[in-house]
Amino acid sequence: MDLPMSWLSDYTDISGVTPKEYSDKMTMSGSKVEGVENLGKDIDKVVVGKVLECEMHPDSDHLHVCMVDVGEGEPIQIVCGAPNVAVGQKVPVALNGAILPGGIKIKKGKLRGVMSNGMICSHDELGIEPSRLGYEPEYGILVLDENAEIGSDVKDLFGLNENVVEFEITSNRPDCFSIIGLARETAATFKKSFNVPTPKVTEAGGDINDMLSVEILDKDKCKRYCARAVKNVKIGPSPKWMRERLEACGVRAINNIVDITNYVLLEYGQPMHAFDIRDIAGGKITVRRANDGEVIKTLDEQDRTLINDDLVIADNERAIAIAGVMGGFNSEIKDDTTTVVFESAMFDAASVRLTAQRVGLRTEASSRYEKGLDYHNTVPAIERACELVEMLGCGENVSGMIDVLGNVEEPVSIKFRPDKINSFLGTDIAEADMLETFERLGIECRDMMLYPPSWRPDLLAEADIAEEVARFYGYDLIPTTLMVGQTTCGILTPEQKLEREISNILTAQGLYEIYTYNFQSPAMLDKLNVAPNSPLRNQVKISNPLGEDTSVMRTTMAGSMLETLSRNYNYRTKSGKFFELGRVYIPNEKGQLPDEPRTLMIGMYNDVDFFDIKGVCEEMFSELHITDVEYERLTDNPVYHPGRSAVIKANGKTLGVIGEVHPSVLRNFEIGVKAYIGELDFTAVFNAANRDVKYTPLTKFPAVTRDSSIVCNIETPVAEIEKVMKKAGGKLLSKLELNDVYTGSQIPEGKKSVMYKAEFKAPDRSLTGEEADNLHTKIVKNLSNELGAELR
Amino acid sequence: MKEQLQQIKASVERALNDAVTLEALEEIRIKYMGKKGELTAVLKGMGKLSAEERPIIGALANEIRQNLESEIETKKAAITAKLEEEKLKEVVIDITMPGTKKNVGKLHPMTQVMNALKEIFMGMGFSVAEGPEVEYDYYNFEALNIPKNHPARDTQDTFYIEDNIVLRTQTSPMQVRVMEKTKPPIRIIAPGRVYRSDTQDATHSPVFHQIEGLVVDKNITMADLKGTLERFVKELYGEDTRVRFRPHHFPFTEPSAEMDYSCFNCGGKGCSVCKGEGWIEILGCGMVHPKVLENCGIDPEEYTGFAFGIGLERIAMGKFNINDLRLFFENDMRFLEQF
Repeated sequence: MDLPMSWLSDYTDISGVTPKEYSDKMTMSGSKVEGVENLGKDIDKVVVGKVLECEMHPDSDHLHVCMVDVGEGEPIQIVCGAPNVAVGQKVPVALNGAILPGGIKIKKGKLRGVMSNGMICSHDELGIEPSRLGYEPEYGILVLDENAEIGSDVKDLFGLNENVVEFEITSNRPDCFSIIGLARETAATFKKSFNVPTPKVTEAGGDINDMLSVEILDKDKCKRYCARAVKNVKIGPSPKWMRERLEACGVRAINNIVDITNYVLLEYGQPMHAFDIRDIAGGKITVRRANDGEVIKTLDEQDRTLINDDLVIADNERAIAIAGVMGGFNSEIKDDTTTVVFESAMFDAASVRLTAQRVGLRTEASSRYEKGLDYHNTVPAIERACELVEMLGCGENVSGMIDVLGNVEEPVSIKFRPDKINSFLGTDIAEADMLETFERLGIECRDMMLYPPSWRPDLLAEADIAEEVARFYGYDLIPTTLMVGQTTCGILTPEQKLEREISNILTAQGLYEIYTYNFQSPAMLDKLNVAPNSPLRNQVKISNPLGEDTSVMRTTMAGSMLETLSRNYNYRTKSGKFFELGRVYIPNEKGQLPDEPRTLMIGMYNDVDFFDIKGVCEEMFSELHITDVEYERLTDNPVYHPGRSAVIKANGKTLGVIGEVHPSVLRNFEIGVKAYIGELDFTAVFNAANRDVKYTPLTKFPAVTRDSSIVCNIETPVAEIEKVMKKAGGKLLSKLELNDVYTGSQIPEGKKSVMYKAEFKAPDRSLTGEEADNLHTKIVKNLSNELGAELR
Repeated sequence: MKEQLQQIKASVERALNDAVTLEALEEIRIKYMGKKGELTAVLKGMGKLSAEERPIIGALANEIRQNLESEIETKKAAITAKLEEEKLKEVVIDITMPGTKKNVGKLHPMTQVMNALKEIFMGMGFSVAEGPEVEYDYYNFEALNIPKNHPARDTQDTFYIEDNIVLRTQTSPMQVRVMEKTKPPIRIIAPGRVYRSDTQDATHSPVFHQIEGLVVDKNITMADLKGTLERFVKELYGEDTRVRFRPHHFPFTEPSAEMDYSCFNCGGKGCSVCKGEGWIEILGCGMVHPKVLENCGIDPEEYTGFAFGIGLERIAMGKFNINDLRLFFENDMRFLEQF
C-alpha cells in the first residue's frame, strides 16, 4: 500500500516529522515501511519560464533561438528544436546543471554556433505521463498553465514534491489498505489527533428507487449492497489534485467518475464500482451465483468463464460484473454516459479470493475483499463518492440510497483484564495508558468489556488486545527476561546422537556430507534401470509440481547420489567420496501420510574399489560396535554390478546394500569412471548398534601365533574359511588375520592359496606351544573335511 | 713424590682443558693412566716409600686418579653430546614442505550451522524434535489457525500431495504435534526441511531449512520470549549484538513479531550487507495463539508460551558470505571442502 504523505494531513497532523523518522516509528508500531520514494527525485533545477522572444536559428531550418524569463534577472538564451515553441508560452526550463529522469544532465553549450543556457522540456523528457496531466499534450515542448509562477519549481506544478511511503500490510489488517486506516495508525503512533469528517451529500431530487432495484440472492456471499445514482453526468478529466493523488498511489487517472471510485477505494479502502444505468437491463440489479459456464467479458476485454461458486452482479439479462473482482466491459463508463450508478458492497472474503484466483484476476478490489472488509464502511464510502461528485461538479446526486443487507456476523466483545495483559506481556503498563490506546484505535470500553471497531476483524480475543497494548507501548520497552520454572533437559535423542556419530565416523574417513533434493523426476528410476513393476515405482506424487523434474518424492537415494557424483565428475574433480543422511518416502494408503524412513547414502568414484566402500562400512560398524556382520552376494539389484555388490546383514537383519555401480547406470549418469555406492537403512543400523559396551580385562598371558597357507577352491569365499576356522579354534582363537590371497602358477588351476595368521590366547594362563599346535591341527583337519582345503 | 703427583694432576687438567675430540681424550687417558702411563708409573714406585709415607701418598694418589678418571668421563660425555648435536645439524629437513594428510571429509555447511544453533538452544534446556515432511493440511495449516481460504496461505505457495496432505511449508506443524503429545513444561526446537513452490534461483529454493522453537509453561511472558531470543542471537553473533522486535502478523501467534539483529558487518551503521538499514531480519516469533493451545488440548488460561521460526539458509549465507542459495544443493566438492 502506497501512502502519499501529503494525503495524511487531511486526517492528522505530523508536520515536522521527517520521512525517516516516520518510517522508523511506523515500522516499530507494526506498519512495516518498505521504503519511501520521493516522486521528484529524478528531476532537479527545472523551473517555470516564459518565452519572451523566439527567432529562427540563423544556421538551421528547425531550431529556434529563444529568450526565456526564468525568474532570475536577465532572461536567458535557449536553443529549442520543438516546432510548437512560441512567444508568450509558459514552459518547463531545465537550467544549466539540471537533472532529468534517466540521469540526464543538462549543461550549457553551443548548438550550431549559438549559445544555449538550458533546455525547454517536453512531458516525455520530464517523465510525466499524460494521465497525470489530464490530457494528451501536443508534440513538442510541454506548454504550462499561463498562471504558473515564473521561476517556480515545476515539481510543485505536477505534485512531484511528494514523499510516498510504501507499506507492507499484513493480511490481518484490511483496514490499513486505506489512507484513513494508515492515518489512524499514524495518529495512534505519534499520539496526534485524528479526525475523518462525515461526508455530506446534497441531493438534487428524484428517487433512486424509481430508477433501480437491488436484490441479493446469495446472502452469505453478499453481506451488503449499497447503491446511489448520479444524473446529468459530464464525463471529463478529474481535477489536478485528484489526479496527482491517484498517480502518487500508482493508480492511473482515467475520467472523473472512474477516478472518484478509485479515490474512494484508496481513501476508505472500500472498493467502488460505477455502472452506466443504460446498461442495467430492466433497471434491476441481482446479486447471484453465476451459472456454470456463464461467460462475461471483463473491463480488460477478456472473456471469463465462470462456475456456480462465483458471485456476479447481474441485470435482468446477464452478468454485468464479477462481484468484488472486476466490472463487465458491457456496463463500463463511456464518454457519453449521463447517469451513473455507484455500487458500494461487501462480499464474502473467501468467495472473492477463490473466484479471483480461479479466473486469474487479482485487482485492487479483490485483494481488499479477500482480506475481509467492514460492512459498516459501505455507506460512508458511497456518501464520500457522491460528495466528490458534487465537489468536482461532474453530476447531480439523485435522492435516496438503496441499502440491502445480507447475512452479517455479530460483533465480538472481549473481557478487559489489565492485570492479565500485563502478566502475559511481562510488563507493568497502567490501565489508563491501555485505555488511551484503545480510544485512539476506536476500541470502546464499557464496564470492563471491550468492543472492537467494525473495521478490525482481527481483534477477537484477549491476546489480540494484548498485542495492541504492546504495539503502542513499544515492543522495545517490554523487558527482556529469561524463563523461570521447572528445569528441562536439553539433550539429543539416541537416534539424533547416532546421526552425529555416523557423520563423524564418515567425515573422519574422508567423506563429504551432501544435501540433495528429496523430490525428483519419475524418470530418475529409468536412469537407475529400475524395473517397471518394482515397488520403488510406487512414489508419492506432488499434484502441483514446479515441473516434471521435481514431481515425485524419491523412494531411493541412489539417484541423488549418482547425480552428485556425475556433477563432480563432469566438473573435472578427479575423485570424491560423499554421504548423505536423508529420507525416502514410501506411500501408504490414500489419505495416510507416507513412511519416511531415514536413509544413509554413501557414494564414491575414481581411485577406489569395492573394498574401499566396504571398508568405510566396516569402520562404521566397528565404531558402532555392530558385530556379526555378514556380506551376501547381491545379484538382482539393477543399479549394481552383479558380481561386485553385496547385501549387508547384521544378526540376520538387512542393513542395506553396497556395490559397484552397473556400467549402464554409469552411462545413464554420464560418469566415465567406476563408482561405488551404498544405501543403508538408518533405523536398521540404529537397532543393530550396541550402545552397551563393556570392558574386557587385559590379559598378561602371552599369545601364541601360527601361520598357515590354505589351498582351496577358487570360488570358496574367505568368509566360509573363517567360519570353519573360528568354530574349530573356539574361545582360545583370539585373532584371525587374512594376510594374502594368491592364485597363479605355484598352485593348481581352479585353486587359490589363502594365508592366515592365527593368534591363540587364554585369559587365565600361558598357552603352551603344544596346545596351539593341537588347535591348529584341528583347524586344518576341519578345513579339509568341510571345504576340501589343504595346507600348502 | 707428592710434588710429582701434584704436577701430574696439573698437567692432566691442562691437557683435558685443551682436548676437543674423543681421540685426544683417549690419548690423555693412556698417557697418564695407561699401563705405561705417568700416574701408573708413580703408583708403581710406591714400594720404595717409607711405612709412614706410604698410606698418605697412597691415599693422595688414589684420590687424584679417581678425580682424573671422573673428569675424563665428564669431558667425554660433553664431547659426545656436542658431536651428536653437530651431526643433527647436518640432517636438516625443509619444514615448509607439506604435511602428510589423512584427507578428512567435512560436514555440509548447513549441518554446521544447524549444529551450532542446536547447541545454543540445548544449553537453554530445549530438546530436539522431528516430524514428517509430508504432512497433513491440518497440522501445517488448520491447527495453526490458518483455515482453508485464509489469505496467509497465499504467501506460502504449497505443494499438494492430496487435498489434505501437503509438503510442509514450515516447521510450525511440529508445534502442534509436540503439544498434542507432551504435557507442559515444553521446550523444544524442531529443525528440518520445508517446501514451497518457488522456482529455484540465487535467493529462492523449493526446499529449504527452518528451525522451529516452542516453549509452553505456566507464566511464560512476552518478556521471556524477548530474553530467550536475545540470548540466542548474542550466543550466535557475540555479546555486542543488539536486537529489535518489530510487530508483525502470524496466524498462530499473538502478539507476533519479527526480530532483527544489528548487522554483523557494519555493527548497525548501514552497509551493503544490511542494505543500508543497519538491521538484518533473522526470525519470526510470537506468543502462542490461545486457539492453537486449545486445538492441542492445552488450557490457555493456565498455560502460555512462545514460538519462533528461524530460516537456516539465511544464517548460513550470512555467516559464510555465500551469495547463491543453489550452491547448498549442488554439492560441488570445491564448495564443500571450504567449510
